[in-house]
Amino acid sequence: MPVALQATIKPPVQYTEFHPRWYRPKVSVYWWLGERHYFKFIVRELSSVFVAIFVIETLLLINALRTGPDAYAQFLQLMQNPLVIVLNIVSLFFVVFHTITWFNLAPSATPVRMGGKRLPDAMIAGPAYLAWVAISAFICWLVLR
Amino acid sequence: MAKHESNEAFFWILFSAGGMLAALFIPVQLFLFGLAFPLGWLHPPTYDNLMSLVRMPLVRIYLFVLCSLPLFHWAHRFRYTLYDGLKVKHLNEVIFVLCYGGATLGTIVAAYLLWTIR
Repeated sequence: MPVALQATIKPPVQYTEFHPRWYRPKVSVYWWLGERHYFKFIVRELSSVFVAIFVIETLLLINALRTGPDAYAQFLQLMQNPLVIVLNIVSLFFVVFHTITWFNLAPSATPVRMGGKRLPDAMIAGPAYLAWVAISAFICWLVLR
Repeated sequence: MAKHESNEAFFWILFSAGGMLAALFIPVQLFLFGLAFPLGWLHPPTYDNLMSLVRMPLVRIYLFVLCSLPLFHWAHRFRYTLYDGLKVKHLNEVIFVLCYGGATLGTIVAAYLLWTIR
């Protein structure tokens, strides 16, 4: 066979039994640090950790009440620990962030249609904020009275 | 496949119910017991006052739901944060068991504590 012709003939394709690897660009573990929206997303998701910490503190409070007045005094003292106070300041920031993002997302998650038109977002988020204020005031009254 | 999808819906309902409860009820309670009382801005309620509240069945049901559902909310979010955020996909089953197992354990503890208050 002439050399020139040999170069134009492709070698036969080799098939294997294995599935070819998908093309997947490598994404860094820190992909969410670069952009504000991604960062906000991760902060929102991490707020759930502080929700869980609050539940643990509440379980400690319930257990203290169950045990007696001394245990309750100890619980109040534990909450005065500077480390716990710092933790609770951070927690409060995350929990309020959860509340705000939760209410603002509610209209997108549950769009309400009335008369063929979609209800404005503020008509769904607004009452949620009002309920938040009312419930907070009621719980303050209940605990402090 | 259909079974898998219905499971997802079940966990999503727990997630969103817990998220709603957490959004409405946790900030005020965290503010009172985590900051206002420890820092002396407000006087903490006496033991007897709190006990008279906690003895009410409605308050106990409220506290039980407030502990349980937000834990399932955490389980859902934390699972997907590890999965998408930190990309630990190979441990998916372990993470699932730890998250929902933790939420279930917290629910059982809450039920036990509230049930045995005298």
